Amino acid sequence: MATIELKSLVKSYGRTEVIHSIDLEVPDGEFVVFVGPSGCGKSTTLRMIAGLEEVSGGEVRIGGRLVNEVDPKARNIAMVFQNYAIYPHMSVRQNIAFGLYTSKMSKEEKNAKVEDAAQMLDLTNLLDRRPSALSGGQRQRVAIGRAMVRDPAAFLFDEPLSNLDAQLRAQMRIEIKALHQRLGTTIAYVTHDQVEAMTMADRIVVMKDGHILQAAPPMEIYDNPVDVFTARFIGTPSMNILPARQTGAGMELAEGAPAVLAGLRPADLRVGETPQSGGMVLSGTVTAVEPLGPETLVHFETGGHAVIGSAPGHEIPAIGSTVTAVTAPGKVHLFDPETEKATGRA
Amino acid sequence: MSATATDMPLPKARIRPGRILLWTVLFIGGMLMITPLLFMFSTSLKTAGQVYDLRLIPESPTLANYVQLLTENGFLRWFVNSTIVAICVTASNCFFDSLVGYTLAKFRFRGRQFVFIAILSTLMIPTEMLVIPWYLMSANFGWLDSYWGIMFPGMMTGFGTFLMKQFFETVPDDFLEAARIDGLNEFTIWWKIAMPLVTPALSALAIFTFLGNWTAFFWPLIVTTSKELYTLPIGLTSFAVEQQVQWEKIMTGAALATIPTLVVFLLLQRFIVRGVMLAGLKG
Ligand SMILES: Nc1ncnc2c1ncn2[C@@H]1O[C@H](COP(=O)(O)OP(=O)(O)O)[C@@H](O)[C@H]1O
Ligand SMILES: [Mg+2]
Repeated sequence: MATIELKSLVKSYGRTEVIHSIDLEVPDGEFVVFVGPSGCGKSTTLRMIAGLEEVSGGEVRIGGRLVNEVDPKARNIAMVFQNYAIYPHMSVRQNIAFGLYTSKMSKEEKNAKVEDAAQMLDLTNLLDRRPSALSGGQRQRVAIGRAMVRDPAAFLFDEPLSNLDAQLRAQMRIEIKALHQRLGTTIAYVTHDQVEAMTMADRIVVMKDGHILQAAPPMEIYDNPVDVFTARFIGTPSMNILPARQTGAGMELAEGAPAVLAGLRPADLRVGETPQSGGMVLSGTVTAVEPLGPETLVHFETGGHAVIGSAPGHEIPAIGSTVTAVTAPGKVHLFDPETEKATGRA
Repeated sequence: MSATATDMPLPKARIRPGRILLWTVLFIGGMLMITPLLFMFSTSLKTAGQVYDLRLIPESPTLANYVQLLTENGFLRWFVNSTIVAICVTASNCFFDSLVGYTLAKFRFRGRQFVFIAILSTLMIPTEMLVIPWYLMSANFGWLDSYWGIMFPGMMTGFGTFLMKQFFETVPDDFLEAARIDGLNEFTIWWKIAMPLVTPALSALAIFTFLGNWTAFFWPLIVTTSKELYTLPIGLTSFAVEQQVQWEKIMTGAALATIPTLVVFLLLQRFIVRGVMLAGLKG
């Protein structure tokens, strides 16, 4: 159980600075997810928390204690890696017990711990198998088991589900979240998958190019993204960003240098609804449709911009037909065209 | 194309001309390699008088040579000497070459590249050139005519270090970092995590080193003077220089000398295969 604090944290490799003075406070028991495109510095940040990378500047504190110079093993954290890093030459039992390698417990206590972890992770029947005889999901559970037996102050996960197929990933998301609810341990979790971030996090930290853009609960980020990047990164399909200008009641498409950028979430851009006053109305030619069942994604072109809207599941427009789509007042996100920072809603 | 191919009845184990050529070449190669061994074995079953009768199957095969060699003191002593030398040098190489290879592969430190190149450059110097410095060194330190004198030049090799470094580079860092977080010290990480992951390379290194030292001739010949310290190859040649060449004894000794090499190979070969399978399964 511990808080994690990053204060003006900097990381440089030689002369290249890859983490530019980031600040973050993770309260005890929080499930915080670092998300961002590949190369934005998520892993580097996590590895500095773990003590696997040296800190070039600033502070890392775990449970209030400054750990910049503390060895990984003395930080009382556990880490789960993308490719599991379970040892192929040891059985599942030995792998899980390895988390207790340095602990001074008696053999019986260790065994009991391993059995407990195995039970919680549904690995009891596999304890004597070799990793080679396990599926990807089972291997990752073994890695989690090895992390669990230590009762660490915090768990660190670096893209733990990236090597799994989509179905397993969805299942493991739920399992890890349930585990967090049961154990209540602080978790710092890195992923490039915004769905993982949305579904698992208490708080999402959006990173880009070594900066933290926004750190907030998932729905807060979804509803009030601070800039265009965050707005497009969180939520699928990505938010439509269009040059626009204010009219009397609402917004309309603008040509040339726009006064403002309008952000419309596809889910809020309803195809086939009757325009009201205010909000934003777009019409255009349908280029593609993606029926998903409960709703249909409608790709259309308006004023030279490709836009995605949504229609009810059974109302699938014909390709080439002209549609009108409406975003209700208050659902249009506004961004400054220069800085791309959010300026409010219309 | 593929449709017609699957529609055709399966060819009845068609023998292609390329295959025949390949088999012929392999057969000739195999014969070339095995014939000396067969003659060695055959000669070991002959009496001194029959040695130049070059029939492969001896007229009246006898085990007398074996009995004589195994009851004489000299041969067994040499056999033991060779075993001691080969085992010590092999163990030392497996340990130290791996340790240095691992360090070079997995740690970043000032002068790493220089050390690596220095080690590599030893590969480019032929043994013949090193023998004189080795000899001077042994003479100065009083190592002449001792086990250590025979062994010291081979206790670590540039080749072994290079081989192990290359293999350790294929071990993902995640394994080592996971262990680091689990609280192992660096030596234990190497010994408990990294070493088991490179068993194939380790087995190959062990085989090469053992065979190399088992058959080593030049240096042991130079460094040893007393008969009690001869290794097998040196001991066997003493059958040739004393009175006349006793081929039947040399061949008997050689036949006996192949046994440990076979044992070592058969034992370690399994690890090579198993190790390769392990390596293929990780992450
Ligand atoms: N050992 C290293 N040496 C130099 N640059 C590195 C090293 N490790 C990572 N980087 C750089 O740091 C940046 C962040 O990397 P990383 O944290 O791995 O990104 P992410 O996990 O978000 O994909 C990248 O631009 C990467 O090229
Ligand atoms: Mg990463």
